[in-house]
Amino acid sequence: MSHHTHEHGHEHAHEHAHGRNDLAVFQHGRPPVDRSAIQGWGADLDRKNRPAYPMERMPQRLDAPLTQPEPQAQHVEVLVSPERPHMTPLFGSPQPPSGLSGMLRRAAFKTTENDVRHWLLLLLADRVNVVEGLAEDLARGHVPNIFAEMGIKAEWEHNRVGLVKKVAVAAAVAGVGYYLLKRRGER
Amino acid sequence: MLAMNYRGPYRVRADHKPDPVIEHPGDAIVRVTRACICGSDLHLYHGLVPDTRVGTTFGHEFVGIVEEVGSEVTKLKVGDHVLVPFNVFCGSCFFCQRELYGNCHNTNPQASAVGGIYGYSHTAGGYDGGQAEFVRVPMADVGPTVIPADLHEDDAVLLTDALPTGYQAAEMGDIAEGDTVVVFGAGPVGIFAAKSAWLMGAGRVIVVDHVEYRLDFVRRYAQCEVINFREVDDMALHIKKMTDWLGADVCIDAVGCEAAGNAMQTLTGPYTMLQAGSATVLHWCINSVRKGGNVSIVGVYGPTFNAVPIGNALNKGLTLRMNQASVKRHLPRLIEHIQAGRIDPKQIITHRVPLEEVADAYHIFSSKLDNCIKTVLIPPSARQTRAVAATALN
Ligand SMILES: [Zn+2]
Ligand SMILES: [Zn+2]
Repeated sequence: MSHHTHEHGHEHAHEHAHGRNDLAVFQHGRPPVDRSAIQGWGADLDRKNRPAYPMERMPQRLDAPLTQPEPQAQHVEVLVSPERPHMTPLFGSPQPPSGLSGMLRRAAFKTTENDVRHWLLLLLADRVNVVEGLAEDLARGHVPNIFAEMGIKAEWEHNRVGLVKKVAVAAAVAGVGYYLLKRRGER
Repeated sequence: MLAMNYRGPYRVRADHKPDPVIEHPGDAIVRVTRACICGSDLHLYHGLVPDTRVGTTFGHEFVGIVEEVGSEVTKLKVGDHVLVPFNVFCGSCFFCQRELYGNCHNTNPQASAVGGIYGYSHTAGGYDGGQAEFVRVPMADVGPTVIPADLHEDDAVLLTDALPTGYQAAEMGDIAEGDTVVVFGAGPVGIFAAKSAWLMGAGRVIVVDHVEYRLDFVRRYAQCEVINFREVDDMALHIKKMTDWLGADVCIDAVGCEAAGNAMQTLTGPYTMLQAGSATVLHWCINSVRKGGNVSIVGVYGPTFNAVPIGNALNKGLTLRMNQASVKRHLPRLIEHIQAGRIDPKQIITHRVPLEEVADAYHIFSSKLDNCIKTVLIPPSARQTRAVAATALN
């Protein structure tokens, strides 16, 4: 409970740090916990000990140059949010936009982060990108082991019953589907 | 080099990729010795974060050895053993000058809401992450911290995100002496938030989850009370009963957009994406906290929108605070806490997995198999060094 003001907290911080069990703090009718039994109780009760208090803190304590970093050389296409005027001095260069997903991503970046279409287009691009990823694997002559990628070995080791159930359910669904299709075909 | 490679929702593998190179005079290349899988990596793994491109390497929690530095790097040397905060930040922009390193304005061209984050989609700058043998670290004089000699490497890797995020969650709750603090989520961040709440003088700490082994762990590790929400009909009512019908002073969301516990939210969120994930924990926080109380959010949500009871928040006079952790500013104090024995982060590590088995590691973590709390991936090169060192000792 905040029956204690912050100033109160400051005055008694050092005492609390040593665990003042006699202080009857109102805790919704429950007896106070034995603070001495809790390692480090109250070490940061004083807000001066809390490293991010207050949230915005100037000047910063970090010994960093206060000059804008020079711009990173750009060799690949990087999409930029329309909510900022230009390219940032630093950016990640892996996986530049490409293919159909890349076209969708470029379209997404015509809208702002404030526009929900931006995010929906990106999510759509992500799904398209999965198919592109499969095609890219196959083009390299690599047939991806999708079960291994999904961690089937761990599932077998740690959740055998669950795995068997999932396989049984999948088999049953496939079986029913096959039966329905077959019946339809016979009519 | 060997690196984790995202192929699509629920599909990842270890693959050979080209080594990263220095792209900016302020860069360093770090040889990774340990990289964690984070709960927020699961949002990427499940395909929920927009602009997660196939071929990306995840991993924003890593430590390693500096392999190469750019021409302008002056403080970091080849061979330094460093922990790298998950934020990619410049140190000099408007926001960095205010110590908001998680909100850097110079490192993410693709979005203005979030700064750069290693291995966290192009929405967070398009940087490759550290679940690999090597990683490019921009602004090497600003971001990385050399690991003190007496700090265990496993503690160091938890200082890159999980511990500072949990600590900042408690800090944003503005905990006063004797406060009742409810933490939703008993994953690594929730566990550290609970522990940090005591450091800030809480009178009572309650952790809510539904994974029984995690509740058992946090009860022992953070000496807190626990609630399994599967055994509770209505969370707000339950918390009020526990708190003389007032509500908790502080509620912390350490879950984010994939919260279980409400079928309607799960359907409209993760399943159909009518909202940016499930807002279950936001509802619980707003409705369980007392009037005038504080809600602190560190769970990750998507960029579009979530249905939240903002009217209740208004009527109750709540303070809502949230941010990506500003890791660098927390490090000196958190290292002091570890050195003083007030907190022992490495205890939460349950799994150490070779990088080659990354697919299984993700699946175990995602499906909460084998009592998993925190997984550390170890690249082959780091294992060889270790084996050589061990032989030398014998
Ligand atoms: Zn993380
Ligand atoms: Zn900055």
